[in-house]
Amino acid sequence: MNDTNVPPPPTGVVPWGKPFSLTMLADMLRIRRLEEKCAELYGRMRIRGFLHLYIGEEAVATGAMHAFGAGDNIVATYREHGHALLRGIGMGAIMAEMYGKQEGCSRGRGGSMHLFDRATRFFGGQAIVGAGLPLAIGLALADKLSGRTALTACFLGEGAVAEGAFHESMNLAALWKLPVLFCCENNLYAMGTALARSESQTDLCVKAASYGMRTMAVDGMDVVAVHEAAKRAAPEVRAGGGPMFIEFRTYRFRAHSMFDAELYRSKSEVEAWKTRGPIHTYTARLKAQGSLDEDEFLAIDARAQREVDDAVVFAEAGTWEPVEGLLRDVLTREGQS
Amino acid sequence: MTVRTISYRQALAEALREALQQDSRVFLMGEDVGLYGGTYAVSKGLLEEFGPERVRDTPLSELAFVGAGVGAALGGMRPIVEVMTVNFSLLALDPIVNGAALMHHMSGGQFSVPLVIRMATGAGRQVAAQHSHSFEGWYAHVPGIRVLAPATVEDARGMLAAALADPDPVLFFEHVQLYNMEGELDDGCRVDICSAKVRRAGADVSLIAYGGSLPKALQAAEALSLDGIAAEVVDLRVLRPLDDATVMASVRKCRRAVIVDEGWRSGSLAAELMARIGEQAFFDLDAPPARVCSEEVPIPYAQHLEEAALPQPAKIVKAVKTMMGRAP
Repeated sequence: MNDTNVPPPPTGVVPWGKPFSLTMLADMLRIRRLEEKCAELYGRMRIRGFLHLYIGEEAVATGAMHAFGAGDNIVATYREHGHALLRGIGMGAIMAEMYGKQEGCSRGRGGSMHLFDRATRFFGGQAIVGAGLPLAIGLALADKLSGRTALTACFLGEGAVAEGAFHESMNLAALWKLPVLFCCENNLYAMGTALARSESQTDLCVKAASYGMRTMAVDGMDVVAVHEAAKRAAPEVRAGGGPMFIEFRTYRFRAHSMFDAELYRSKSEVEAWKTRGPIHTYTARLKAQGSLDEDEFLAIDARAQREVDDAVVFAEAGTWEPVEGLLRDVLTREGQS
Repeated sequence: MTVRTISYRQALAEALREALQQDSRVFLMGEDVGLYGGTYAVSKGLLEEFGPERVRDTPLSELAFVGAGVGAALGGMRPIVEVMTVNFSLLALDPIVNGAALMHHMSGGQFSVPLVIRMATGAGRQVAAQHSHSFEGWYAHVPGIRVLAPATVEDARGMLAAALADPDPVLFFEHVQLYNMEGELDDGCRVDICSAKVRRAGADVSLIAYGGSLPKALQAAEALSLDGIAAEVVDLRVLRPLDDATVMASVRKCRRAVIVDEGWRSGSLAAELMARIGEQAFFDLDAPPARVCSEEVPIPYAQHLEEAALPQPAKIVKAVKTMMGRAP
């Protein structure tokens, strides 16, 4: 993508009351500060394996997750720290999971890519690209067959649209009119492969619409646009109007993972997208309309930072599962494998 | 208790009907399970009885509908997914192996996947290489799933209920050569999904078989008995987890073992069994264990070649006699 193709930063009035407006800011900051700390801890070798940071994309999880209710199901990808956090998994349990401690939300068996939480219907952290879509189909089918009014929010990256699982699942969702809200986070690169280098049709909504599905394309750097779109779509999907597909156009400011030298995009492109950063543009809008002053911002940010510090303390104090427990949880009935 | 004669296909159909009747969380989905009545006519009539929501025809999308089975199980249902043949299940390896099998562990024990996946397996119908293979052994390699191979009408009738009661994913292999097989069924019987069973008692050699190879092993045992060799036939029934105790008890008693496995020889379930016998019963053996597997060739169409590629009673008899130093 040419730098000149980067759209102007999101602007406009934030249409929400002050408490909610500030909650959204706080949640974006919570994700940002959590992940900045994760990057630091990775450098200090407290966190190992793959670590995929969401920095730059926080408006999508924040705007979308606030549109979902307790009875809804969430299926996320391997870049899911923010989604897990806003779904209500404690930051301490998330951090402990990344440390590999048994106090982690997946008992240290999953790590960064496999955050799970039964209590909040958070069905992972799925790290096979596209594999979350059939799961979402099944979860939505279960709700439909049981007569429950709920939706399944299925997050996917734009890279997933190249997978057969995407097309088969789009078809099944539309054919069976299932309550699935597909939340496509289009950050333009599937690891290092730009959309235009991998797809003959780069308009993702056109692909989804070809299955008879309603679609929306939304500025994923604008938490207002994201939330308003998700809030409009969610009740329609829950009510049985069939699946919907929302493309959130966003951008990843950091490398794909900690092993990525970023040879596939220019620094100037990244810098151009940073002018659209979801947190600073939103902050500026709130300030411009008198909903936020600098002291309030600093207080919110300090709270987020304290939560991160507490999470690190929790994770550091966490314990290693005894190796004697290695074979547990292979099958639900212990002692069989 | 009534004992009656029933086909393997009918036994499966009765088990499906009973499951749908007894638990509203159970539903069946797969290619042509509804209107068509099932590729092997197992689900005939169920659509009329239970409706299209619970007897659900799917598009030719193994990856999506098997994955949807995993999701529906996570969502509290008890799905039975039918995959037309084991060859097609390779299109759904991801939701089975990377999904269903891992979910419980990867989530730190929070989520279980109570899913049953049924599929036809095996050769012998001249449907050539892309519809005839036996990949049960591959699946049995994977922790986190249970692998069943019902080979009798009793197991065809009883194993499904036990599989549905299992909180974890169960793969259920129906050998195509068995559908028309008839047998005696005692309506009062209940079966487990954890043990191997001795189907014919003997003292000279232990024939260890499963699925479509069980009738062949029984035929071989009958033929051997005419030559004064008493073969014991062990039906594995459950390919994962393997019931080592039953297998080893038979091997120790007979001191000789021949494994019959329709999978290809290299890296087969038979290879795993030979390894276990070596590990656990080496000093009880009078001869090295032997195996009769499929030849290492894609299953050919021509009847005589297909027959030659597969384990057959005559090959089993020959393997036993060779092992015992008798002229074949």
